[in-house]
Amino acid sequence: MSVQVKDLKVYYRTLRGDVRALDGASFTIADGEIMGLAGESGCGKSTLGRSLIAIDGRMRYVGGSVSLDGAALPLDDQAAMARHRFTAVSLVPQYAMSAMNPTRKIGKLVTDLLRSRGIAPDTVLGEFRRRLELVGLSTDVLARYPIELSGGMKQRVVMVISTLLDPSLLVADEITSALDVSTQKAVAEAVVEFRDRGFVASTIVITHDLSILVQMADSIMIMYAGKPVERASTDAVVSSSRHPYTRLLLSSLPEVGVRYEEHRLSGIAGRPPSLLNPPPGCRFRDRCPLAFAKCAEEPPFVEVAPGHSAACWKA
Amino acid sequence: MLRLDHVSKSFGLGAFGSRSFLAVDDVSLRVAPGEVVSLIGESGSGKSTIGKMILRLLPVSSGSITFQGEDVSTHTGKALKAYYRRVQGVFQDPFSSYNPIFTVDHALDLVRREYLGDLSGQEWRRRLTSVLETVSINAGEVLGKYPHQLSGGQLQRLLIARALMLDLRFLVADEIISMLDASTRIDVLNLLGDLKTRGLGILFITHDLSLGNYISDRTVILRHGAVVEMGATGLVFGNPCHPYTRALLSAVPQLHARWGAAPEQQAPPVPGGSAPGRQAPGTPGATTTAVPPAGLVATVERSRTAPGRRAALVEIEDDHFVAPTGNG
Ligand SMILES: Nc1ncnc2c1ncn2[C@@H]1O[C@H](COP(=O)(O)OP(=O)(O)OP(=O)(O)O)[C@@H](O)[C@H]1O
Ligand SMILES: Nc1ncnc2c1ncn2[C@@H]1O[C@H](COP(=O)(O)OP(=O)(O)OP(=O)(O)O)[C@@H](O)[C@H]1O
Ligand code: SF4
Ligand SMILES: [Mg+2]
Ligand SMILES: [Mg+2]
Repeated sequence: MSVQVKDLKVYYRTLRGDVRALDGASFTIADGEIMGLAGESGCGKSTLGRSLIAIDGRMRYVGGSVSLDGAALPLDDQAAMARHRFTAVSLVPQYAMSAMNPTRKIGKLVTDLLRSRGIAPDTVLGEFRRRLELVGLSTDVLARYPIELSGGMKQRVVMVISTLLDPSLLVADEITSALDVSTQKAVAEAVVEFRDRGFVASTIVITHDLSILVQMADSIMIMYAGKPVERASTDAVVSSSRHPYTRLLLSSLPEVGVRYEEHRLSGIAGRPPSLLNPPPGCRFRDRCPLAFAKCAEEPPFVEVAPGHSAACWKA
Repeated sequence: MLRLDHVSKSFGLGAFGSRSFLAVDDVSLRVAPGEVVSLIGESGSGKSTIGKMILRLLPVSSGSITFQGEDVSTHTGKALKAYYRRVQGVFQDPFSSYNPIFTVDHALDLVRREYLGDLSGQEWRRRLTSVLETVSINAGEVLGKYPHQLSGGQLQRLLIARALMLDLRFLVADEIISMLDASTRIDVLNLLGDLKTRGLGILFITHDLSLGNYISDRTVILRHGAVVEMGATGLVFGNPCHPYTRALLSAVPQLHARWGAAPEQQAPPVPGGSAPGRQAPGTPGATTTAVPPAGLVATVERSRTAPGRRAALVEIEDDHFVAPTGNG
């Protein structure tokens, strides 16, 4: 078991109280597994991803544990966590591309970044170049400015940097969402390639685009309002999902071939509850077409079939 | 109702605009009333620039845009205001279209002050109620709220409602759903479908082929500022003829099919070369891509500085036009 997360809770402190953005998540990711993490905006995907890397000042670690290759991560000691960053765990943050300093050449950005992590650039530049070529980039990107690169090229550069030290866990947050289809594909293929070559052991890919996850993930976890609601192999989630939220989400996706004139799709009415004071019971209750009296109690996240977990009284 | 004839746009770059960049390259297209035309292309292909020229937010460099027979670029003063009563745009990020310190009602009031000052309070409220109903917004849930208290889908629908308060005939919808969740996206798309049945013409700008295919009657594929293929949506998607269209279609992620099949095909793209050929599920005749999508190529392969007419598109079947290869 490469990554093991147990009942992890991380809240944001605000003046109005705690935002319970990650309110109890338990799951494991095997060595070499790519897990997709999906769910609507604000459900806590980035919070979960970030918690595994660094719990910063605005976040509050409330409880739970994470272990990596059998060793517990020191979640309540951020100085100790920092030593793991980049070597054991690494994050490609949401909006990483737009955070690139536009006035510096890519090569300079890379060496600065390496130095800031205490790595002598000379020792890894050869490998860096080799990996750039592996994801289809010529090494002359190093002499270019960020605006001269397309979004997909920048995203691949960021990925190569983030995985240069072969971390056990890579968290890639919305790395394809700003890209058009052809570039999305190149980036998604790079993620799989890095896994296949053993540059990263386990990967979490965060996105709200389920069809892109189907292309690259071995398993998918769906979150809703701060909690995981379903987790299974990619095929099981897509073709035999057990949670009503997952099913509604899937049925609202247009695929190439589906036309408005012929087949009217529909969205999910309503909105997720506020995470400031979330209501007791199942958090999907207000929007769930199957809700019944028992749903006022919180459904546990349990195995409903081998390797398939869900949190729903009707699953 | 809306026509673009040989429209080009170049931007000056560098000091004194010494170098120029051709963002839109000799584009001709038309949109009829009650028709949704989707404009599809990768980032930087010139989609928004076309939308902005239609909305008069940017002047054209050459060519003409006509709306209901009138040349749009000559409108000034009263005529321009009259144009904006009929032609409006909604953009990608709904949050940036609202002022965060005012309630959303403020955005509606601005339209009233600007265009509908002569309407009585009662008439205004009557029209507002009916428009909000059209966009499926519950007035009580939304009015009086601040932007951050509403969902992206609600804000986007309210922006469309605001446009509908005017005598709207044509809507430029630039990536209006890419920031929305899957669960709300489809509602906004269906709303566009309703509007078109009421006779509105819509230019639907997107880089998502599935969304374009779902909602549009006609499709225009843009690459490096130029049209590579266009026509009835069913023909462009069902019988894609330009290698670039095929490459795009084969890259569309699908829920029930994975890209390519055998793992040994998962070789990384070769710089400057073409991606390994993939069979697009459901697209007959898709073969090895002769033209790699620009995103896979590390260098800009075509100079985008020289304006001028390109070779005409070839009509290969009724309402299906393709650029000669080598043109895009
Ligand atoms: N710094 C913060 N202070 C207070 N609340 C926050 C903060 N950051 C995030 N939140 C809240 O925590 C919840 C989860 O946010 P998170 O960014 O994890 O969502 P997400 O699933 O990644 O969404 P998206 O798809 O939009 O990226 C949201 O309700 C958000 O409003
Ligand atoms: N004001 C400007 N000055 C110089 N270049 C510009 C300007 N506006 C746009 N461009 C360039 O014109 C090209 C087309 O831009 P446009 O915004 O129309 O693309 P797009 O197809 O809408 O892309 P996206 O999908 O990223 O929104 C881009 O290369 C862009 O950098
Ligand atoms: S527990 Fe009840 S409300 Fe929640 S998803 Fe299941 S059926 Fe619906
Ligand atoms: Mg996020
Ligand atoms: Mg744009």
